[in-house]
Amino acid sequence: MITFFARRFAYMVITLLLVSVVSFAIVQSAPGDYAEIYAARKANAGAIISQAEIENVRRQLGLDKPWHIQYGRWIGNIVLHNDWGMSWEWKRPVGEVIWERMPLTLAIAFSTLIFMYVVSIPVGIYSAVHRYSIGDHTVSLLGYIGLATPNFLLALVLMYLSQRYFGQSVGGLFSPAYENAPWSWGKFKDLLAHLAVPVIVLGTGGTAFLIRAMRAAVLDELNKMYVLSAKASGLSPLKLLIRYPVRMALNPIAATLGWRLTYVISGAPIVGFVLALPDTGPLFLHSLLNQDMLLAGAMIFIYCALTIIGTLLSDLLLVALDPRIKLE
Amino acid sequence: MSLIDTYRAYRARPKAIRRTDLASQWQLMWWRFRKHRMAMLGMILLGLFGVCVLFPEPISPYAPFERNSKYVAGAPMMPHFFEADGTFHPRPFVYGVKSERDPVTLKLRHTRDETKIWEIAFFVKGDPYHLFGLIPLDIHLFGTREGFIHLFGTDFTGLDIFSRTIHACRVSLSVGLVGVLVSFVLGAAIGGAAGYFGGQFDNIVMRIIEFIRSIPTLPLWLALAAALPRDWGPLPTYLAVTAILALLGWTWLARTVRSKLLATRHEDFVLAAKLSGCSDSRIIRRHLLPSFMSYLIVDTSIAFPEILLAETSLSFLGLGLREPVESWGVLLYAAQSIRSVDQAPWLMIPGLFVIVAVLAFNFLGDGLRDAADPYSK
Repeated sequence: MITFFARRFAYMVITLLLVSVVSFAIVQSAPGDYAEIYAARKANAGAIISQAEIENVRRQLGLDKPWHIQYGRWIGNIVLHNDWGMSWEWKRPVGEVIWERMPLTLAIAFSTLIFMYVVSIPVGIYSAVHRYSIGDHTVSLLGYIGLATPNFLLALVLMYLSQRYFGQSVGGLFSPAYENAPWSWGKFKDLLAHLAVPVIVLGTGGTAFLIRAMRAAVLDELNKMYVLSAKASGLSPLKLLIRYPVRMALNPIAATLGWRLTYVISGAPIVGFVLALPDTGPLFLHSLLNQDMLLAGAMIFIYCALTIIGTLLSDLLLVALDPRIKLE
Repeated sequence: MSLIDTYRAYRARPKAIRRTDLASQWQLMWWRFRKHRMAMLGMILLGLFGVCVLFPEPISPYAPFERNSKYVAGAPMMPHFFEADGTFHPRPFVYGVKSERDPVTLKLRHTRDETKIWEIAFFVKGDPYHLFGLIPLDIHLFGTREGFIHLFGTDFTGLDIFSRTIHACRVSLSVGLVGVLVSFVLGAAIGGAAGYFGGQFDNIVMRIIEFIRSIPTLPLWLALAAALPRDWGPLPTYLAVTAILALLGWTWLARTVRSKLLATRHEDFVLAAKLSGCSDSRIIRRHLLPSFMSYLIVDTSIAFPEILLAETSLSFLGLGLREPVESWGVLLYAAQSIRSVDQAPWLMIPGLFVIVAVLAFNFLGDGLRDAADPYSK
């Protein structure tokens, strides 16, 4: 058991290291560096800027050094001092900028995960038990459409519909009326109503996928002999269903938790951007567009790290759920 | 059993031999596939998209950059068969348009003018174009002789959304096609090498695949796309975006190829071929590859929608393709803010095409998966 954990943990650390190299390399590959953008912006504003000044900025930021030294400094500061560098765009430490927006991203991601499993497991069981019924066909059709709709389009449609028919703005976290109001029950309800939209948008594709997987897994189990024998022994249908086929079908569903998390994290930036949420999505996209290198690199690294840690947790969960998995 | 033997046996006892006994593997797959109604629907839809890809100019009534200054941000115009008083009109028509300034906001407003009737004509002369860039023509599938027709409305600059959407089929679907081809080649080559050589190489490749699969793709795609130089022309950007999308898409295919190679490498028929003196390359080409080709096709049809959706998302955010290249994502870029969507919800119509294309590919993939193993049940 301990060797299993140790191996998994060592593997995770190596993966994290690789991810940090990749995120650093990507951000480095952006054409031009911040010094040039800085110069261009200065020039646009009418200021005169000389080549020497550009070189000066570059030296100050350490951009003249070879990339592996820059990388070493970057990762060293993160690990040793929890120092993510300065965001040039925000003129504030990257860590600070990210962490004030991170809680919302995490809250949305976890609510979405819970939403996906809470919806898909019962619906999947229903679909499997009532195979080829009208309900099953409706669920499959909705699932197909859910899988085919890009997240951002769903977000746009929901925003449009609620704007048009409920006269309610969906973007952001609060309605204008509650924007600056002190905390109250009404404001809390308003917040929940606004959080529901990103959760639904982000969760639809994954839910559709999970319903399909759950349906297939339960169907597989329903045809096995032990179900017949349990039925013959007189177990009540509901008890039988929950205790055996559903219990068995949950294993493969739990096994994909890591991928679902990857999926949610992957979709989060776009949804956050379209719905204008004050989370990390717009932050990430703007940093990419403005080539705010340290911020973008840190964001990619954090997104990847979240999914890698999530995958590790889901693997451990799977071991707990299914003791038959060998702990080599 | 050789072909002649089958034929003789068939002549001798025609009743005893069923049609399925004589059919080739591909024929069996086709029969199986044909029974899958949704898959057939998917194939027909994709066929229609194919027609749009080949002939966008004659199908659309206007050139994609033809501005209609008389109908800016106008709503979709519905074809009708019945006039307002109920009389039947054998030729479909659209109602004319009245434009007036709103006395309060001073904005130009378009309303339907039911006294004017613009008949839809087929094969009408319109904007000139070059079919396949070669043949000069000016015939369009449909249009109106007087007035104008905008089935999907117009955008804020007066461009016809229907024409642009049809023209965008070409880029949107070809990005998917090229991306899938690149990831197909990458996946087959890397997965094939891993399965064939095995050992340490296989181990390393599998670790790399696991690594790629464990990182969230979209942020990575976004970052890579953002790293593309802004001043690149349309074609290099297009190629680079396609390459970026394919770069992370090959892992599924590589896994399939590898596992199938590993599974079939020690099958009896491979041993038999080896004993008969077949060379390695002949075994791979003639015996191994056909035995799992069908699975590769299934995986490809599943990879396609993923790349299509990714391109649409990138372009929608302004990080992928950009004007003057036209893809569905580029068209949706106009619908980025809630304000424009609220004023002109028809800007979202190109999104419907994305959904239909992805659905068609999913249906096709399902049918192919069922058909891939024609001997089961």
